[in-house]
Amino acid sequence: MLDSTMIELSRWQFAATALYHFIFVPLTLGLSWMLVIMETVYVMTGREIYRDMTKFWGKLFGINFALGVTTGLTMEFQFGTNWAYYSHYVGDVFGAPLAIEGLMAFFLESTFIGLFFLGWERLSKRQHLTVTFLTALGSNLSALWILVANGWMQNPVGSEFSYETMRMEMTSFSELLLNPVAQVKFVHTVSAGYVTAAMFVAGISAYYLLKGRDIAFAKRSFSVAMGFGLASVLSVIVLGDESGYEAGDVQKTKLAAIEAEWHTEPAPAAFTLIGFPSNEDEETHGAVKIPYLMGLIATRSLDKEVAGLKELMVQHEQRIRSGMIAYDYLQRLRGGEDVPINRSMFEEHKADLGYGLLLKRYTENPANATEEQIKQATKDSIPEVAPLFWSFRVMVAAGFWMLLLFLLGFYFNAKRVIENKRWLLRLFLWSIPVPWIAVETGWFVAEFGRQPWAIGEVLPTYMATSSLTATDLMLSLAGFLIFYTVLLVIEMYLMFKFGRLGPSSLHTGKYFHEKQPSSGTATLASQPQMTLSS
Amino acid sequence: MIVDYEVLKFIWWVLVGVLFIGFAITDGMDMGVGTLLPFLGKKDEERRVIINTVGPHWDGNQVWLITAGGAIFAAWPLVYASAFSGFYFAMLLALFALFFRPVGFDYRSKIADPRWRNAWDWGLFVGGTVPALIFGVAFGNLLQGVPFHLDEFLRPYYTGSFWGLLNPFALLAGVVSLGMLTMHGGVWLQLRTEEAIANRAKSWVKWTGIITILAFAGAGVWLALGIDGFKVVSMPALDATPNPLTKEVAILSGAWMENYKLYPWTLAFPILGFAGMGLTIVLSMANRPGWGFVMSSLALTGIIMTAGAAMFPFIMPSSTNPGSSLIAWDAVSSHLTLTVMFWAAVIFIPIILGYTTWTYYQMWRTVTVEEIKAQEHLAY
Repeated sequence: MLDSTMIELSRWQFAATALYHFIFVPLTLGLSWMLVIMETVYVMTGREIYRDMTKFWGKLFGINFALGVTTGLTMEFQFGTNWAYYSHYVGDVFGAPLAIEGLMAFFLESTFIGLFFLGWERLSKRQHLTVTFLTALGSNLSALWILVANGWMQNPVGSEFSYETMRMEMTSFSELLLNPVAQVKFVHTVSAGYVTAAMFVAGISAYYLLKGRDIAFAKRSFSVAMGFGLASVLSVIVLGDESGYEAGDVQKTKLAAIEAEWHTEPAPAAFTLIGFPSNEDEETHGAVKIPYLMGLIATRSLDKEVAGLKELMVQHEQRIRSGMIAYDYLQRLRGGEDVPINRSMFEEHKADLGYGLLLKRYTENPANATEEQIKQATKDSIPEVAPLFWSFRVMVAAGFWMLLLFLLGFYFNAKRVIENKRWLLRLFLWSIPVPWIAVETGWFVAEFGRQPWAIGEVLPTYMATSSLTATDLMLSLAGFLIFYTVLLVIEMYLMFKFGRLGPSSLHTGKYFHEKQPSSGTATLASQPQMTLSS
Repeated sequence: MIVDYEVLKFIWWVLVGVLFIGFAITDGMDMGVGTLLPFLGKKDEERRVIINTVGPHWDGNQVWLITAGGAIFAAWPLVYASAFSGFYFAMLLALFALFFRPVGFDYRSKIADPRWRNAWDWGLFVGGTVPALIFGVAFGNLLQGVPFHLDEFLRPYYTGSFWGLLNPFALLAGVVSLGMLTMHGGVWLQLRTEEAIANRAKSWVKWTGIITILAFAGAGVWLALGIDGFKVVSMPALDATPNPLTKEVAILSGAWMENYKLYPWTLAFPILGFAGMGLTIVLSMANRPGWGFVMSSLALTGIIMTAGAAMFPFIMPSSTNPGSSLIAWDAVSSHLTLTVMFWAAVIFIPIILGYTTWTYYQMWRTVTVEEIKAQEHLAY
């Protein structure tokens, strides 16, 4: 049996590196389109301030993008290095969108990003705008393909297990691509990225307005952020991915866990606003409920039920028992008894094989599991409820907070009085981290809520790792922690440095720190070692 | 159009080779430039010249590596699983070294402090040199067979150690790989810079070229005489449902030379390797770095195909349990997946080559110290 410490550490390593990667991704997704908007205005009107906006926000984009690329490399390596059995078991299905992502999206994004930064002097205005557009398109296409892959992990359509090759195999590429879970995830995730970028630009522009610097530059940037941000935050909330929670058992279980709904309630179910869920007691203590609300959110109807965790676990237990039979016949087939009766018995129970594999945590041979082991595996068949319950609520609260900010910001900006609303500008500045809180808790809900599965109903996380040792994982995890911490410190240092400098960092001679030599010198003099260069 | 399964299996072996070669020619060039950076650039402006010859392109070039990884995942899942988890620390070492490149290229010019820039220069050196070495070492180990096996449910187990990977033959293969990419980066720099740097690059092309020729020849002799190859004794039909546990494999001395005996035309690959390197040196000395770069690209193609042709159909032979060896006929994805991916490659690779060419065309010039000074705040 595999070392359970190694498995735990593999999960920590994946979670840490994936969440870290996603610090950089959403800003790339959104800011790339905002650069397209700014540059389009420049090309259409010829007003240089919009070129400066494209260049300055592009500079911050680049600082962020570099770490997005760096940490993305880890994701590509890690399936193979740390999730080898996963890679074998589902590579036939999961690998294809990843490879297509490389061919269709990464090449596009990465080939043109260099020209975005370095091609200003060598390309015509329209050529450069095209380059910016293709970079944005490439990065957003990469989100599409990786979410097709991730959507399949949540709801594995278009594929089938083959006992001969001992893996999942693709049966329909179009089903994989049109997976409803993948589609809602794509819209929700890219919109969240757009909101992140809008908050970033709005918050930093608010800082310049508060300081009374580069007003024209800041106001225009703020305006772009308000329009883009309000549309995106509405898209995130209205097209939230609840609608994807009806597809497949894992999504249903995740929804019940998010809502801490232990028992199936008559429709429409009440929404638990606050409470303290306990997997141990299988109930939620001190719950404060709002009638009808969850039924409306989750099913968008008044008459559909939301399944409760206990009822789902009853179904899971049946599927585990069926999965034991599947495992038994799989062993016979793999052991050379490839006869029609074994094949037909296996086919009959094949859909539950994954549930049988949940027993692998407790016994080498799931076919002979004891009642006690079945009970344990059933209890494992739902995720820990409390962390999901709370992180989901944090995400939603962050989302509504940003909706409020964008509504106010949009309104006062349209009335052209935003400069006088210093309290609102301060709120924007201090709320810069909020979108990151939302996207990280959002991903936590999506992936922790998928547990105990690596691939929903198919492959338990427990079985998906490589055959490594706990020591291997401690060393690699320590390496990632050290490297990533140093990189983050450097990145934040550059972000703050250039964020504070603002468009003066373009050296056009038109902006605040350059126009006022005394103040400009003061900034530079405060950093005698690290003089400004670029 | 439906392509036969066995034909597709072979096509995917070729396509992975194409991706490796694409990686070596494009990103391998960037790695060679990284290796040469601290030695060819004496002052900051010169180093900036060197960096800016690849500045607009390194990120796109790196996607060849990423896509090769993705294609192996999709087309040969068991190879991806066994190799990446087996070579765990070697892979992480390459990965950590690669971390230095995106940040090195992008952050270096943002602060003028010499200590800051010097640190990133060595970061770019590590980011070019270490992966180049490790990829060669990995090939060297594949040629000797890797200590791993598969259990009945096809879970891979690696039974060697990290230090075992650093054996003499593998290190020699690492020298070939590092040497050829450094030569390739050198001839690129000779092509894209002016006198001072170009002249230094020329001398590096000569010496790395000579070292690589010797190392490649040495590795070839060693492989023919001193290293046992692998041979498939029996296996199911080529278009059978892939199952790597149903074949019989023998370890035989000289087996890696059999393809060359059986199909003598494959000798064109090692010849291309040697001739390409020789001509690269000659053309570089004659101040014709443009043609030198073409020859150097052909040399990389020849060297990679030499290893591929020797091993075919083996991808990852097992030294401890030869029956577990992964080969191009049985470590592959299903017919449907190979078909989908084949069409994706057929459609997108020409498009990629098209726009990549356009970006090189737009950015083509001799990068000079004057230009860097004039564009101090724009250039890398």
